[in-house]
Amino acid sequence: MSAARAEVLGRIRSALGEAPVVPDVARDYHPAGTAGVDLDLFCERVADYRATVYRVAAGELDAALAEAATRLGLSRVGTTLDVQLGDAVELVRDEPPLSIADLDGLDGVLTGCALGIADTGTLVLDGVGGSGRRALTLVPDVHLCVIVEDQVVASVPDAVAALADAAAEGRPITLVSGPSATSDIELDRVEGVHGPRTLEVFVVG
Amino acid sequence: MKGFPAAARETLRDSQLRRNLGKATTTIRAKRLNTIAELDDWEALRAAGSAIKARAMATLPEQLEQLEAAVTAAGGTVHWARDAAEANRIVATVAKAHGSDEVIKVKSLATDEIGLNEALAEQGIQAIETDLAELIVQLDPNDRQSHILVPAIHKNRAEIRALFERTIAKGQDLGWEATAIAEAARRHLRAKFLSVPVAVSGANFGIAETGTICVVESEGNGRMCTTLPSVLVTVMGIEKVLPQWQDLEVFLQLLPRSSTAERMNPYTSLWTGVRDDDGPREFHLVLLDNGRTEVLRDEVGRQALHCIRCSACLNVCPVYSRTGGQAYESVYPGPIGAILTPQLKGLDAAPTLPWASSLCGACYEACPVKIDIPSVLIHLRARVVREEKSRWEPERLAMDAVGGVFASRKRYETAQRLSKLGRGPLSKLPVPGWTAMRELPEVPEQTFREWWRERGAR
Repeated sequence: MSAARAEVLGRIRSALGEAPVVPDVARDYHPAGTAGVDLDLFCERVADYRATVYRVAAGELDAALAEAATRLGLSRVGTTLDVQLGDAVELVRDEPPLSIADLDGLDGVLTGCALGIADTGTLVLDGVGGSGRRALTLVPDVHLCVIVEDQVVASVPDAVAALADAAAEGRPITLVSGPSATSDIELDRVEGVHGPRTLEVFVVG
Repeated sequence: MKGFPAAARETLRDSQLRRNLGKATTTIRAKRLNTIAELDDWEALRAAGSAIKARAMATLPEQLEQLEAAVTAAGGTVHWARDAAEANRIVATVAKAHGSDEVIKVKSLATDEIGLNEALAEQGIQAIETDLAELIVQLDPNDRQSHILVPAIHKNRAEIRALFERTIAKGQDLGWEATAIAEAARRHLRAKFLSVPVAVSGANFGIAETGTICVVESEGNGRMCTTLPSVLVTVMGIEKVLPQWQDLEVFLQLLPRSSTAERMNPYTSLWTGVRDDDGPREFHLVLLDNGRTEVLRDEVGRQALHCIRCSACLNVCPVYSRTGGQAYESVYPGPIGAILTPQLKGLDAAPTLPWASSLCGACYEACPVKIDIPSVLIHLRARVVREEKSRWEPERLAMDAVGGVFASRKRYETAQRLSKLGRGPLSKLPVPGWTAMRELPEVPEQTFREWWRERGAR
């Protein structure tokens, strides 16, 4: 045990005294599992942070993604999903993991996600499966994200509860609410700094 | 240190600063009220946030030991730092071990508090700030941070544009759009994100139960720094620990709505130790004391450690929104700074800050974890008078005299009679420091007691 560790813990114990009062935590707010999911609200709130939202049927997803790729001028797209976007778009798998330079050479990235939060318009990536690893959805400037209707939960407590296993396993978790933005100029939110500056969300179902 | 009154007198003379601050704080105040009004359980969330923090502080040794065990089990290395110098040494040693003469940094108040950038510079390591506002402050050698969340809040768009056109966007015309300013920062930092091997971050929360560290941000610079470099060092104040994963459900609602008035900030990164093929290969967590255990010792003042650095108290404060943050001469300005700085650094280092308030209570009402800032201010004022001021300080002598008079009915009534004659301890004698800013009321012809006795006689 390092001297610093022993000393800091000793100072804390001495500051707290013999028997510090440990208060109970009353969780009188709306807990997980009490609110119904409002898919319209999810779409509205994702769009509120200047992400573009498309609602598509399962059978129309590939066509909608291909259309987005054409519209945004994406010819090289990294992906975790099994989709067909036609000959104009080269799909690149992240297996084995792409180098940072390779990621920087992509026009965009197409992934799924772990879940969505309706109250806050948030997408949650959890580092496995469709979410992909963190760098994949970070370096390219365009992020196309697919979410299936039943992945949307109502509230932040619902999401935190659903992510408990991922956290216990030590999976990296990233919450994304709109494209990269800053509030540093006159405390006003403007889009577009270091993360993907374009976020398009495809809600399937 | 000039002390708050002298420093505030200087900043108040800057009319541009007052306009910039007034505009920014007014905008954010209205937005914050709208966003919190969306949640009908806001008060219950505040109460839970306050209780979780109090519980974490009361069980701090166990929480930190659990956090250490969880981070270590996930492949991270935990260091303990008693003070700023020890923390700075740890970060410099890690950077040097990787032969890096540059580190990229996510905005972190803890590292500003310990003067990490200066300490690294002495070791020949350049710290590159990647948060837009921190970058703005770093680019101007005469500038200092003035806000917890937006350190360059004192600069308006035109001033930022001019600074960028002088420095990172030399010879370019950025125009008036804020997006062009953001774009210039993107171009400037992009290569650094993709190549610098060591990053330094702070932490908004550290979860003892799982060993998960949380950084809340907007621009993506936080994601870049915590994901791309091969080595990550996180400096976390010991008070940032939360006992359970579930506690995040409270703080991820309280923090974004209170700070930027958003339902959720653009990016929140949560990581646990290291992960194969995903993110840094080496993770160091530095647990920082640097005065926090002294704050914990004060039973009234320790609630200042509950602060989640949202800056809502700054934005609603009538004093802060006029003087600006630089008048507080600390990385922690505003109402929270007025109670945190004197406790962290010692009352003798910042004896005027507990008076940098009108005690209007707006900060207490806005605080998402219900820190009773006005009560702590009054408590600290008393401590400064008791512990720091000499027995012969005029204010203290006057208060002692008045206290003696108020203690006995006979003495009080005698003093009242004397004051009508313009004499005695209750009269309008000038008291240095008091009467300069305050008007004493006129002494009435008849005292209340005299009136009451007459009335009883009738």
